[in-house]
Amino acid sequence: MHAKIHVRTTINGDPVEFLCEPRQSLLECLRDILGLTGAKEGCNDGNCGACTVILDGRIVNSCLVLGVEAEGRQITTIEGIARGAGLHPLQRAFIENAALQCGFCTPGLILAAKVLLDQEPDPSEERIRQWLANNLCRCTGYDKIVRAIRQAAETAGVQA
Amino acid sequence: MKRRDYAVVGTRPLRHDAADKVTGRALFGADVRLAGLLDGFIVRSPHAHARILRIDTRRAAAFPGVKAVVTAADFPQGPDRLVDLGDGPVPLSYVRGNILAGGKALYKGHAIAAVAAVSRHVAEEAAGLIEVDYEVLPCVLTAPDAMRDDAPVLLEDLKTNELGQQSDRVSNVALHFRHVLGDIEQGFAAAAVIVEREFNTASVHQGYIEPQTATALWNADGRVHIWCSTQGAFAVRDATACILEIPVSQVKVTPMEVGGGFGGKLAVYLEPVAALLSKKTGQPVKMVMSRQEVFEGTGPTPGSHIKVKMGASKDGRLTAAQACLAYEAGAYPGSMVFFGAMCVFSAYDLANVVIDGYDVVVNKPSTAAYRAPGTTNAAFAVETVVDEIAEKLGIDPIDFRLKNAAKEGTRRADGPKFRRIGCIEVLEAMKSHPHYTAPLGGPNRGRGVAIGFWFNIGFPSSCTISVNADGTVNLVEGSVDLAGTRTSVAMQAAEVLGIPAEDVLPTVADTDSIGYTAMTGGSRTTFATGWAAYEAAQDVLRQMKERAAMLWETEAASVKIKGGVFRARGRAMTFKELAARLAETGGPVMGRATVDPQGVGGSFAGCIVDVEVDPETGRVSIVRFTSVQDAGKAIHPSYVEGQMQGGSVQGIGWALNEEYFMSRQGAMLNASLLDYRMPTSLDVPMIDTVIVEVPNPGHPFGVRGVGEANIIPPPAAVANAIYRAVGVRLRRLPMNPPAVMEAIWRRRG
Amino acid sequence: MATVYLPPLLEDLTGGRSSVEVEGGTVRRIIDQLEGAWPGIRERLLEGDRLRPNLRVAVDGEISRLGLLERVSPSSEVHFVAAISGG
Repeated sequence: MHAKIHVRTTINGDPVEFLCEPRQSLLECLRDILGLTGAKEGCNDGNCGACTVILDGRIVNSCLVLGVEAEGRQITTIEGIARGAGLHPLQRAFIENAALQCGFCTPGLILAAKVLLDQEPDPSEERIRQWLANNLCRCTGYDKIVRAIRQAAETAGVQA
Repeated sequence: MKRRDYAVVGTRPLRHDAADKVTGRALFGADVRLAGLLDGFIVRSPHAHARILRIDTRRAAAFPGVKAVVTAADFPQGPDRLVDLGDGPVPLSYVRGNILAGGKALYKGHAIAAVAAVSRHVAEEAAGLIEVDYEVLPCVLTAPDAMRDDAPVLLEDLKTNELGQQSDRVSNVALHFRHVLGDIEQGFAAAAVIVEREFNTASVHQGYIEPQTATALWNADGRVHIWCSTQGAFAVRDATACILEIPVSQVKVTPMEVGGGFGGKLAVYLEPVAALLSKKTGQPVKMVMSRQEVFEGTGPTPGSHIKVKMGASKDGRLTAAQACLAYEAGAYPGSMVFFGAMCVFSAYDLANVVIDGYDVVVNKPSTAAYRAPGTTNAAFAVETVVDEIAEKLGIDPIDFRLKNAAKEGTRRADGPKFRRIGCIEVLEAMKSHPHYTAPLGGPNRGRGVAIGFWFNIGFPSSCTISVNADGTVNLVEGSVDLAGTRTSVAMQAAEVLGIPAEDVLPTVADTDSIGYTAMTGGSRTTFATGWAAYEAAQDVLRQMKERAAMLWETEAASVKIKGGVFRARGRAMTFKELAARLAETGGPVMGRATVDPQGVGGSFAGCIVDVEVDPETGRVSIVRFTSVQDAGKAIHPSYVEGQMQGGSVQGIGWALNEEYFMSRQGAMLNASLLDYRMPTSLDVPMIDTVIVEVPNPGHPFGVRGVGEANIIPPPAAVANAIYRAVGVRLRRLPMNPPAVMEAIWRRRG
Repeated sequence: MATVYLPPLLEDLTGGRSSVEVEGGTVRRIIDQLEGAWPGIRERLLEGDRLRPNLRVAVDGEISRLGLLERVSPSSEVHFVAAISGG
């Protein structure tokens, strides 16, 4: 057993504290310690994007971030992007465009798309595809995902 | 229901599980949390072929935090026997052997032992202390090599089933079968053009983003509860009970939401191991595969060696076709070569055919199904040969296929005649699509087409529907929902009941809570489980008519139902209104049905693809892609489109980059998602779809399963497009940049 | 007379014949007729009282779930095919 480290961080706007071993990834901490299972493990080496979270405004693969690195940072997970009881426009757009099949890659994709739209409100198809290249989807072939993101971009009042 | 206009079928309601999936609330296998949960970890063979001399688990068992260690010795011991888990009889020792190896390790990654501990990290550390003594043996990695007389033998009790007769020869060839139609000698003699080619395709993986996972609790009452990522809860129940020799009633399987399957999650891997560990520890045990384990320890597709010879008359009529399919089954027999043989020439009306199929074991992971198993690589061979013949005769590739297209009454080489099918309609839709005549738009670009067929299956499904007082209904079914089928099933019930799709609330239940339902695969769910929902809804209507009759004091036979309204003798009541009055007319109404349907309709799929080849790097870009498929009747068009797009992109990956890149010692050198290169969003364009509807006369709404056929044509179409772009025909999959460059250089001389 | 198509796997017994006419009835009756013509064929098709687990019978193109009990009309086509699934 390795001595645990006390980590203080902010997740989805709320202060959170947890104990973790130095060898545990942020993905493990979110899922196994904090019960935030929306981030998924697909490969554990940064090549599928299913574990995507937003760390201080940037997209990261949480499997490549250590839990202890969350100290003092701001983390957003899929559980935190809807406002109140409603859905984020991206979440709505994914549903309306049938942009998910199994849904396993969906949380990561939505978070990645959110950061894109926050920074570039009107991305082209090419830009969207480039941005999402680290989020693998095996079910949809990406077509409806691109359409959903375009729709969310076109919808007035995309939330930051 | 022979009407053409439906109220719900053919519309695009939002799927019922959408909110959970986009918020991360949906529970997948690895999200299971139980009190006292332990983590399991498997030790795997580093050798592709080795005798296991000794396994010493003592140091691992003594490691702090470890609660149990298991090996094959923990299976119930006894004589071997044949078991049938749905794909024909197979020795129990083979089934168990792939879960935890017996006397031999047959592939790198073969599971040898497993540890349960307080955390995954501790289990992994302890696993490193398990000592295994191996006697390394020479390995064999391709079908042609494994078929040689001097090849090392994998399974010492495997004797070839040679054309229906069990031979005495121990061999790596498990099965050799042959289909014959007419007289190919005569057929080839009558041909003006004959093309004969040889092809090699590498093993590919289904590539689901969610690795396999299973959690098992062997409870104090002797019942085993399993939560897992699977395409078939009942299949897991049957397989686990069989492997552990416990009654099926002692196993309860809760299928979790699944992050992709595509055929790779039909077999069990972790479930029996987790169960054994739970039995020993008295605690629930969760096991999750790493990505490397998914590649090395589950079932990819067979690599294959295929020979195709076809002949045609001067006016473009095929006169004869011959194929030899040698598929690598991996460590144990069962390579899906039989399906490859069923479908290889199925798009064509042929009088003279011979197909030889060989199922060959090699030192690679035991193969599994992948979306239209056995057929994509066969189509790669046939559809490129057809393309060559059409070119030699100066006939347009689609016109050539139309001249020879299979239709109702065409006899397939494996025996049965086609009933109503949509091969011609799919070809005509391809021909008339603007893509087919659009300008290519640049140099080094070419356009290719191909077509494929998958027969689809029926098999049993069960469904219950309970009416709620507010006019909604709860629909319970047993088909794991991989991609939205809970909605396409609910829509069929909604259509019958005359209520909106939103008012049917579907649940996928565990094996204790619904009648037997076959796995989600074979493109069966919307067809068969939808039919069960249709019948259960009819049962509900029958009962509701009786209730209306009671309220109106008339005969049930005089009550009619149309568009969700019950009518008799000038009186009318909506479904919702009647639902509110069930309590006062005799209590709850619940409809039920079990089906094992015949009337399965196969699906044809075709595609048109434009590629651009970089003649200096060999890189092939997909410039434009159009997928066409016969859905019979698209219950939910968005999800049919999604199947077509998903299968097409998998086909593109199979064509251009994906392969098990093996070392000479049988190790997969690219066992990560970085180097096992699946298409990203940047690798493909928008995928246009055309849904053709040639209704399946066998189904109430005309449904043909669509999940699979769409993966079949892309590799061949891409190969045909590459030829038109840069003048080289590739006969090996994948057609990656080195392969393309090699072909270009050879052509340049 | 119903037509039974014999799989090439059985050609060693049937001397290369690919189809044969039989009287209708159930599939079981048909197999009895085949056995009369080619002794030993029943053992290849049946395991005890049922079709071998890896075999199905298709009548007029439909895979029958009733196996030996399936009725075959005088004008039907019967094939013995392998049990199948998918991916």
